[in-house]
Amino acid sequence: MENYMKLEVPAKSINESFVRAVVAAFSVQLDLSVEDLADIKTAVSEAVTNSIVHGYANMKGIVKVVCKVVDGCIEIEISDFGVGIEDVSMAMQPLFTSKPECERSGMGFTVMQTFMDDLVVKSKPGEGTVITMKKCIGG
Amino acid sequence: MDIKLETIGTTLVVKINGEIDHHTAQVFKSEVDREINLRNIVNLVLDFDGVTFMDSSGIGVVVGRYKEITARGGKVMIIRVKPQVDKILEISGLKTILECSH
Repeated sequence: MENYMKLEVPAKSINESFVRAVVAAFSVQLDLSVEDLADIKTAVSEAVTNSIVHGYANMKGIVKVVCKVVDGCIEIEISDFGVGIEDVSMAMQPLFTSKPECERSGMGFTVMQTFMDDLVVKSKPGEGTVITMKKCIGG
Repeated sequence: MDIKLETIGTTLVVKINGEIDHHTAQVFKSEVDREINLRNIVNLVLDFDGVTFMDSSGIGVVVGRYKEITARGGKVMIIRVKPQVDKILEISGLKTILECSH
């Protein structure tokens, strides 16, 4: 069986650093470069922050993380059960933000896309958002 | 994250140690803004030597301070940038509007 791990935390901003550190620690088994691990940390931080800031709009909720090692790649799935995203392609546009007043840069999805080898965003308004991303050795 | 503030004339030097994310960005924002207003700061130098991690929440707070400082006719400079942080500054386009050095 391939290796995996599951993690669940309340949507509190203090958990952003915890989740990215755990995912990076789990990814170490893949023998990725230091730069790759830093990229994973950043992308995970973006996804978890999105769930907290947008998915739950700083209200109570749960963020779930599942990581799998598949064929020399790490697959990371980050889910929330918050408000969801009405228009995913608009949300993914660089510099687009629904919260400019909160000094959000609108670069979260761009960072995830640039730093990871693959990114899939699935969302339903009222149900939540699932972000799946992948990083491969030498990818 | 902890930050150290030093004012030299109308220039504020902010030394940041640790990780800048959505959680810690709030502290950064409130402490720096308070000092800018209290001491009539015109220029801002962000010393990133101790920054071990930054995500796009960091971009948001830097842009916020950039707007405030340029409105005062001043300049923002980021110094001693590490590679991981450099990558995110590059993607965000911040390096085209700010002075950044390694």
